Amino acid sequence: MKKLKNKNPLFLFVSKGKEPLFSKKNRQLLKDPLDDNNPITVQVLGICSALAITVQLWPAIVMTFSVIFVMACSNVIISILRDLIPNRIRIVVFLVVISSLVALVDEFLKAYAYDVSKELSIFIGLIVTNCIIMGRLEAFALGNGVWKSFLDGVGNAFGYGAILIAVAFFRELLGSGNLMGYQVIPDFIYEMGYENNGLMLLSPMALITVGIIIWIQRSRNTDLIEQR
Amino acid sequence: MDKDSNLYTFLFAAFMVLVVATVLAYTSQSLKVLQNENIRKEKMQNILSSVGINVSRDESEELYKKYITNELALRIDGSINEKISPFSDIVLAKELKKDYKNQHFPLYIAEIDSAKYYIMELRGNGLWNAIWGYISLKNDLNTIKGVSFDHKGETAGLGAEITKDWFQESFIDEKVFNNDGELIGITVLKGNNDPKNENKDDHKVDAISGSTITGDGVTSMIKERLNNYLPYFEKLNLNSKMD
Repeated sequence: MKKLKNKNPLFLFVSKGKEPLFSKKNRQLLKDPLDDNNPITVQVLGICSALAITVQLWPAIVMTFSVIFVMACSNVIISILRDLIPNRIRIVVFLVVISSLVALVDEFLKAYAYDVSKELSIFIGLIVTNCIIMGRLEAFALGNGVWKSFLDGVGNAFGYGAILIAVAFFRELLGSGNLMGYQVIPDFIYEMGYENNGLMLLSPMALITVGIIIWIQRSRNTDLIEQR
Repeated sequence: MDKDSNLYTFLFAAFMVLVVATVLAYTSQSLKVLQNENIRKEKMQNILSSVGINVSRDESEELYKKYITNELALRIDGSINEKISPFSDIVLAKELKKDYKNQHFPLYIAEIDSAKYYIMELRGNGLWNAIWGYISLKNDLNTIKGVSFDHKGETAGLGAEITKDWFQESFIDEKVFNNDGELIGITVLKGNNDPKNENKDDHKVDAISGSTITGDGVTSMIKERLNNYLPYFEKLNLNSKMD
C-alpha cells in the first residue's frame, strides 16, 4: 500500500516531486487573486470588459468561463515555451498565442454551440484585449513551471470572473429587475411604485459598482490600504 | 543557438507563425461546413419568425419548405430576375454596395392558413456594427404581420435587446404607409406618448432606454429597405385593381 501511495499519477505535473500538488504555495496561487490580489479591484486591470459586459448576468458568466479557458491554456503554453521564447519578441508571442486560442474558441462555438456564440458575439474577440491575460503571461508564466502557471491562470481568471459576476448581478437586478433574463422582482412590488433604475444599465454605474466593491473589500482587508 | 541572436528570433517567429496559421486554417476549413449549415438554417428560422412562426433551428428547413411558397429576386424597377436565387445568391450587404441599377432584393411570400404574407429583408447600421432582419406585411401591403431583428455586435442588455420578443412584438399591426399612401415606416421613439403601444396607427414604437442609436438604426433601416420594394408593390397594386 505504501508503495502505491507514492506512485501518484499526477507526479508528471509536480516539479521534481518535491512539492505536493496543492501545497500551501500552490493553493495561494489560486486563492490570492480572489481577494488580496484581485486583478480588477486591487490591480485595476481588465476594467474595460467589466464595464462592457456586465449589463446582464448570463454573458458575464459565459465570459468568465471563456476567460478561464483562454487564460489557463495560454499560461500553460507560454510556460512550456518559456525557455525558447526570444526575449525581444515575447509580447508578440503572447499576443499570437492568446489570439489564436480566442480564434479557436470562436470557431468551435460557431460550429457546435451556435446560440452561445451568437449570445457572446464580440465579447469573445474582446478577450484578446483583456490586459489581465497579458499581464499574467509576462509576470508569471514566463518564469514559472507548468502546473503553477496553470493554477495562476485559473486563479486570476476566477478573481476576474467573480467581480464580473458580482457587478452583473447587481446591474441586471436593479437595472431591469431580472436575473439571467428571468424576472425576479415580483409584480406587486412594481405596483407599489417601485421602478427599475435605468441608470444601472449604463456604463458609469458599472464603475461605481466596482468602486463600492473596492470600498467594501478595503474596509474588510485593511492591508490593502496604501500607507501615507 | 544564441537565444538573443537575430537569426534565432527570426526562425522562432517564422516557425510560430507557420504552426499557428496551419492550426487555425485547418480548424476553420474543417468546421466551415457545419458553420454554414448553422447560418443557412438560422436564416430560414429568421424568415419564419418574421411571420410569427417560431421554430427551433433544426426544424426550420422543413417548415420553411412548408410555408414559404415563393421566393423572388426583385430588381430596383420592380421586375423579377428569374436567373438568381433570392435565398442563396442575394447577400443584401453586398447588394447595397453595388450601383443601384444592379441591385437585387429578395422577397419571400408565405402562405399560412391560406393568408398571404410578403417578407422583405432589412439591413442597416446599429451603434457598433450592422443590424439586419426581416419584416413581413399582410396582404394589404401596409399592416405589419411581424418582424425579426438581429445584430452583429450591439451592446448586450441595451441595443442587443432589439432581438427580444417584447420589442419585436410592438411592431405587430403597425402600419408603414400613411393614409395618402406615402411610405412613413416605423419610428423607434424615445419619449413616446404611447409606451404601451395601444395606438397602432401612429407609425411609432417605444424605444429601449440606453440604445438610442440602435433604435434610430432600426427606424432608418425599415424605411430605406422598404423603399426598395415600392416599385414592386405598385405593380402588385395595379394588378389587383385591374382584377
